[in-house]
Amino acid sequence: MDFGFIFSSATGEIFSPTTAAYALAALGLAVHFGYSGLLNFGQAGFMAVGAYGFAISTLSFGVPFFVGLLIAVVCSVLFALILGIPTLRLRADYLAIVTIASAEIVRYVVTTNQLTGVTGSANGLAAFEGGFYDMNPFPEGSYLGMNNRDFFIRIVGWGLVVVCCVIVWLLMRSPWGRVLKGIREDENAVRSLGKNVYAYKMQALVIGGIVGALAGMVFTLPRGAVQPANYGTELTFFLWTCLLLGGMATVLGPVIGAMIFWVVLSLTQGILYGLIESGAVTWLTTVQAGQLRYILVGIALMLLMIFRPQGVFGNKKELAFA
Amino acid sequence: MGAIASAVVAILLVAAPASQAATPSPTPPPSNQQFQNSISGFLRDDTRAPIEGVKITAKSGAFTGTATSGANGSWSIAVPTQGTYVVELDVSTLPKGIKLAEGQANPRTVTFSQTSNLSVIFAFGKGIVIQQQDFGQNLLNRLVAGLSFGLLLALASVGLSLIFGTTGLTNFAHGEMVTLGAVLVFAFNAMNLPFWLAIILALIGGGLFGWAQDAGLWRPLRRRGTGLVPMMIVSIGLALAVRYIIQFYFGGATQQLPFAQSAEIQIGPVSISPNNLWSLVISAIVIVLIGIVLLKTRLGKATRAVADNPALAAASGIDVDSVIRIVWIVGGVLASLGGILWAYYRPGVTFDMGSQILLLIFAGVTLGGLGTVFGALIGSVIVGIFVELTTVFGLAADLKYVGALFIMIVVLLFRPQGILGRRERVG
Repeated sequence: MDFGFIFSSATGEIFSPTTAAYALAALGLAVHFGYSGLLNFGQAGFMAVGAYGFAISTLSFGVPFFVGLLIAVVCSVLFALILGIPTLRLRADYLAIVTIASAEIVRYVVTTNQLTGVTGSANGLAAFEGGFYDMNPFPEGSYLGMNNRDFFIRIVGWGLVVVCCVIVWLLMRSPWGRVLKGIREDENAVRSLGKNVYAYKMQALVIGGIVGALAGMVFTLPRGAVQPANYGTELTFFLWTCLLLGGMATVLGPVIGAMIFWVVLSLTQGILYGLIESGAVTWLTTVQAGQLRYILVGIALMLLMIFRPQGVFGNKKELAFA
Repeated sequence: MGAIASAVVAILLVAAPASQAATPSPTPPPSNQQFQNSISGFLRDDTRAPIEGVKITAKSGAFTGTATSGANGSWSIAVPTQGTYVVELDVSTLPKGIKLAEGQANPRTVTFSQTSNLSVIFAFGKGIVIQQQDFGQNLLNRLVAGLSFGLLLALASVGLSLIFGTTGLTNFAHGEMVTLGAVLVFAFNAMNLPFWLAIILALIGGGLFGWAQDAGLWRPLRRRGTGLVPMMIVSIGLALAVRYIIQFYFGGATQQLPFAQSAEIQIGPVSISPNNLWSLVISAIVIVLIGIVLLKTRLGKATRAVADNPALAAASGIDVDSVIRIVWIVGGVLASLGGILWAYYRPGVTFDMGSQILLLIFAGVTLGGLGTVFGALIGSVIVGIFVELTTVFGLAADLKYVGALFIMIVVLLFRPQGILGRRERVG
């Protein structure tokens, strides 16, 4: 078993674009749940809206990169409004059911064969990333062992994570953020102070949704393809695991959580595959090893929630639920 | 600082190429290298005799698969993804004297919807004309099928709703309880146990799973005073873990239960498969029984009292914990039964079959009113019929679940407490 390779591929996950996408999406969830107490189980839907909004506007209408980006963001804002209007006045678990249902609606709609011309149905869309890589300021060559495209997407992805973290941090220490935390703690108390709770919740839903849409784009750009199967409910649940790992009411928690999530996934895959190939483990196939990792994710989510709901970095006083 | 920076650079140096080589996939990897999806069918001439040696091709994009019909007329093409395929029967390979029937499109475009096997029927012989179903006939058939589907959803929903009513938990792992029933029947049947015994053991297994969940997880959490939202997230973790444990043992392929194939029979104006009819009758009987138990027996009254107000129920001498335990066991048995019927309705057993209808169960429960048992029943039947009827009115088959979920959201907009719910529960 080649431990050097296993560890190097695990550490490589720390800065991979996928980790950046997970960190961003989990940061959006932190805005929703950690700071505002909104139970969003449809973050995969926001990511899909972002990814498809960008891919469709680029492929079907041939718009330049930044217009596509703008369209993706506008789509995610609309999606948040559609979700929020019926449910934000209701109890928390209604929002949970509606968001998970809406994310599935988005996935079914982009998978249907009726819209193959626009969405590519189950095969998805590809070859929309040209406009992005055309902006690559790095000439071809080797950068820290990566080619210029991989280096560029990492810089952009993690740059976006840093910018979003700073924005969320500034927002949450502003008066606006304090009202939001107040809503999380006691909605009626804040309402009695004359604040429009509904509007604040809606604003939080929109901001977290935009971050989710950006995450969808970061997720899809390095793959050069967007496929509906990637945006199922499992994705949302993995994001929740990242969020709870790091700490839900923190800015850096989701980022660190995403890093831990991917490093552990990569390590367990490497070690399990290594054990199987070396013949030390014979009761497991490589396919089952893949499934074993997801069993572990589920168990980790349960144990985290039961024994350390504040996560690695969180403060137990700042839990969105008592 | 300098040391840290150089260490980071060093990590990046080593890591970057490797990370490209072995990025773990973001979605669960496909379970085996052989394609799990297939397009298949039987070739039979107008006298029902099998036709051998006919070549059939399926194409989609760059993929092309071919098959030749065997001695019993069967053919099957494994395909990589569910999607749209152009299936063509090579007419030159047909035996002499046999022709495709009038109105049979060849080549024809076929599409997967939800299942991993797609049957394509080619009709042969002279004088066979494809029946054009008239609209009214189709509507009636779909209505009955929808009722059958709705009642099996209701079996699962009643359990979910009872659990929600008595404990306040929105259980995302309920889909896995549904899956377990079907998987257990398949497992026991594979051990060569008689069919009826396999069903009974699967129902017992479902009840045990419900009991074990309550005893091992939910009751301790209630004792700790864990909030409802954390419990909801714990149930998501449980759902993920159980789903992949089932896949771990069961695999990713679609399996069939015994007697899954059956020809439709004609009852009056309705044509229905015997399995659907059985499913309809069984679930109707079980639901009537649940209704009688809830309304007439002491246990039913106790359950309704706990659902209404646990503290008051405890104060009037009802053993709340034992009621909740029974609710979990009954919920597990009902979910298992729903899962077995769902395996015949689809048809097929897969590791994720329960999570496929979890949202429809939620839709039914929400539509009827969270926490009301009879509401869940009505809501599920509406959802089942709605799902089937949307295809009659021109919605594509692969979008039929969207309609039901959309209706749920619209209902929340105008009557958030659902059909039978009470306003104070909405909060």
